[in-house]
Amino acid sequence: MTAELRTVLPPQERVGEPEPRPFAGRQGRSDKVFTRVTFLSGVAVLAIMGAVGFFLTLESTDALGRVGFSFLTTSVWEPDRGEFGIKAVLTFTVLIALVAVAIAFPISMATALFIVEIAPRRVKSWLVSLVDLMAAVPSVVYGLWGAFLMQGQVIGLSRWINTWFGWIPLFSVDGADPGNPLSNATVYTASTFVAGVVVAMMVMPIQCVVMREVFSQVPPGEREGAFALGATRWGMIRVVTLPFGRGGIIGGTMLGLGRALGETIAVYMIISSRFDISFHVLESGSNSVSALIALRYAEASDFGLSALFSAGLSLFLITLVVNFTASWFVARSRSGADSEA
Amino acid sequence: MTEQGVTSVTDQGPTIRIDEPRAGDAPSETTAVDGHVVFDVRDLSVYYGPFRAVRDANLHIRQHEITAFIGPSGCGKTTVLRCFNRMNDFIETARVEGTINYHGVDLYDPQVNSTEVRRRIGMVFQKPNPFPKSIYDNVAYGPRLAGMKKKAELDDVVEKSLRGAALWDEVKDRLKNSGLGLSGGQQQRLCIARAIAVDPEVILMDEPCSALDPIATARIEDLMQEIKSKFTIVIVTHNMQQAARVSDRTAFFTTEVNPESDRRTGVLVEYDLTKKIFSNPGDERTEQYVTGRFG
Amino acid sequence: MPRSISSFSKRDAQMLAGVGLSSICMAALIFGRLTPLHGRLGFAVTAFVLFVVTYAVMSSFTESRPAVIDRVMTVLLTAAAAVALVALGSVIFFTFKRGWTALRHLNFYTEDLRVTGPEQPLTSGGVLHAIVGTLIMTAISLVLTVPLAVTCAVFLTESKSRAVNAVRTIVTAMTALPSIVAGLFIFATWVLVLGFPRSGLAASISISIMMLPIIIRSADVVLRLVPGSLREAAAALGAPRWRTVWHVVLPTARSGLTTSVILGVARGIGETAPVLLTSGYATSLNLDPTNNPMASLPVTAFKLVSSPEPNQIARGFGAASVLMVMVLVLFTIARVLGGRPAGRQSTRQARRAAAQSLADLARIEPESVPEAPQLGERAGRLPAILQRK
Repeated sequence: MTAELRTVLPPQERVGEPEPRPFAGRQGRSDKVFTRVTFLSGVAVLAIMGAVGFFLTLESTDALGRVGFSFLTTSVWEPDRGEFGIKAVLTFTVLIALVAVAIAFPISMATALFIVEIAPRRVKSWLVSLVDLMAAVPSVVYGLWGAFLMQGQVIGLSRWINTWFGWIPLFSVDGADPGNPLSNATVYTASTFVAGVVVAMMVMPIQCVVMREVFSQVPPGEREGAFALGATRWGMIRVVTLPFGRGGIIGGTMLGLGRALGETIAVYMIISSRFDISFHVLESGSNSVSALIALRYAEASDFGLSALFSAGLSLFLITLVVNFTASWFVARSRSGADSEA
Repeated sequence: MTEQGVTSVTDQGPTIRIDEPRAGDAPSETTAVDGHVVFDVRDLSVYYGPFRAVRDANLHIRQHEITAFIGPSGCGKTTVLRCFNRMNDFIETARVEGTINYHGVDLYDPQVNSTEVRRRIGMVFQKPNPFPKSIYDNVAYGPRLAGMKKKAELDDVVEKSLRGAALWDEVKDRLKNSGLGLSGGQQQRLCIARAIAVDPEVILMDEPCSALDPIATARIEDLMQEIKSKFTIVIVTHNMQQAARVSDRTAFFTTEVNPESDRRTGVLVEYDLTKKIFSNPGDERTEQYVTGRFG
Repeated sequence: MPRSISSFSKRDAQMLAGVGLSSICMAALIFGRLTPLHGRLGFAVTAFVLFVVTYAVMSSFTESRPAVIDRVMTVLLTAAAAVALVALGSVIFFTFKRGWTALRHLNFYTEDLRVTGPEQPLTSGGVLHAIVGTLIMTAISLVLTVPLAVTCAVFLTESKSRAVNAVRTIVTAMTALPSIVAGLFIFATWVLVLGFPRSGLAASISISIMMLPIIIRSADVVLRLVPGSLREAAAALGAPRWRTVWHVVLPTARSGLTTSVILGVARGIGETAPVLLTSGYATSLNLDPTNNPMASLPVTAFKLVSSPEPNQIARGFGAASVLMVMVLVLFTIARVLGGRPAGRQSTRQARRAAAQSLADLARIEPESVPEAPQLGERAGRLPAILQRK
């Protein structure tokens, strides 16, 4: 029984705390407040963002209800005459975005590969910062650069492409005379191509950042495995990095496309607007949904504003689809799944 | 222990009546003195969603002893350990059946505040996880949580805890340096110091040495022996030698495969004095495991 | 003697230099004779194509086919990175070059354009109104977005609520919102429906709508990078959830959070279209964000360069340069803060920590403070370090 007694003795002295100490209520009050506050912030964000979407839809119903399906098939924009549609502006918007992505894609992918696979360590961190900086440069600065510097340079390139590849419909230009080197350069200015080149500058860093992230998550083991089999660096990139990063490549490219579609001010500064659809990207004149809104909102009537809202809504929906597809691709890639955990 | 199977604790809070013999109430010839029961685990089952991870565990953890949980991977030993301070609360799908009485109070009673439980029952994790703060702030974190503000008191606790974790002499001249600048073994001792700074009664250790080299491991094991007189320690380990070296009692868990669903469920096979588990185990599976024939 | 294990040898360097030189010479020869490609851009393109071809041919004399492909691809990848850098450099350089004539006059920073006409010389008038406007709008947007964005990001990472997925989805969706549409939204609701005047506040709200999803998204990513083991450690010490978040999660992610906020601001500060719609352009200094148009730097740059007057264009580039400087400063701060993971100390912090550690030790255990010679050596340094704080 002595053993029995020993078992119930408090084995050590704890000042002022009898054992067992009682437990207090379930979740502390502070935690309840915390849970509620964070939840409310989430709801607030949901409400704000929901309000934007809801209001956009609400505002556009007036105009969309009036013209219905022909909104998609009309090229002109004269809402006060009841005749308007986004066929032309949307076509040009997409064309500019595609040109931008076509130019930005190879550069961004190559830059991402260079940063991950080739650059020495010290150069690497600098390059990463500079590419991020490119994404942070305001679009108005790119617009200035495009309108005042690049335009002149690109026209030479446009003329050259037109001269040698003008037989491809995409590169033909009405009113250009390739035979005459002194011919008027204005047929090439303010074109879809020039706008695309400038937008490419904004798209490139966005694509590059996503691709770099994904490429850098290639497991070192796979990389070394390829080297150990005697692959050259490019051989390794082809069999390991590129397949691994496929989701990131596609996703990043589409994310850039989304940004390109919504770009306003730089495009607005470069193009001269036109409403007759032309797939000749080198030809002067282009358009975009954003530029249309920026140009017309001030003098728009109530109905005109509703029409602009429906244009904005359709642009938003397209970028939305593009962005969601992009994040789906990024998340689906093997690396994305890893980073999710 | 003379009356096997019935132990009453009368002078402290609620009475615990144990009316059936259970694992851990070892035959008296091997027992010198049985300590006061800290955790009384009855019919504990843990589920993750529909999947039962541990089935019907029954055991007593006794004060001022080191109890080791051993067993092959996936046998639920860490799951049971994390039930002791309700760390499983953070796993959304986790559910618990049965009771864990801590000094007679059911830990999973709806009235019980889980943060309060964790303040009493400290934990050291598999990988050292010091906060990205200074060594001093790491140790002072718990006391500050409890409302301690005075510099002198904090200094005192920090010093005592670091001494308690046998780390003081190594870090005393760089208390304000980041805890992440220490070596792995030092980091783990810092985590132990951090855990004992709140003066818990129990310290749960989840494979505390699995990320450490043998020398650092030996230091932690020595440390456990040193602090055993002040705390009750439960340690999960993969390393049978470690269990044999440091623990007073050992619980052996293994997995059972459900033939229908092919899911594995952890079961507690045997719980006894460490000496007995390693020299004369009562169950065939235990014997196979400790002799290295299985697992 | 230790040998370098890099695969890039001196011979390779010599070959690259030789091939480079020859391709430039060839380009000079061909260019203007054989192709009608004009401008410096054309010359660079021609020279580069020639370089790649020559390099491939030269390499194939000594190397196997895969190795030649490897070399050519390396050149191409390097060139792409160089193109990106040159483009960025040219954007920044060109902006400053064109803006310089305006930037070098002090009055550019101290006056607005109230009385200065487009034709007046650059010694009169400036963009003070735009600088102040940008600062006011950015400050308001920061106050509006940062608390909400960080709390929301905490909600996304810490909560088990079912609303998390809905919020995360809609935040992702909103990053796709074209900025002009955000501007149009505020213009239609705030100005037309609610009847408030076009003002700096309206512009700030539209900028906030752009910034909010950007900051939430990146803050969400940063917070999710905080290791779960730290949350567990805090929880195991009995910390309530909010203290775990406040004392462990947020401090651990501090540099990342700061970076995401700053990069969000960098985006917001450069927004042109929404400001144009919701605030409009003004030529005079306006300190009241609730009334009357307020100019911002990007809008000012945009408006000024559409003038045919060279002086006005120079002012526009000047405004763009000032904007660029602001972005660069923000960006540098973000890099400096974001470059270091939590818990890693800079040299200076480390020295200060050492001094404090010594002070702690002296307080806790006075007898063990280092002996006299050592103390003397340290004491000579210590006060200075302490003062620096």
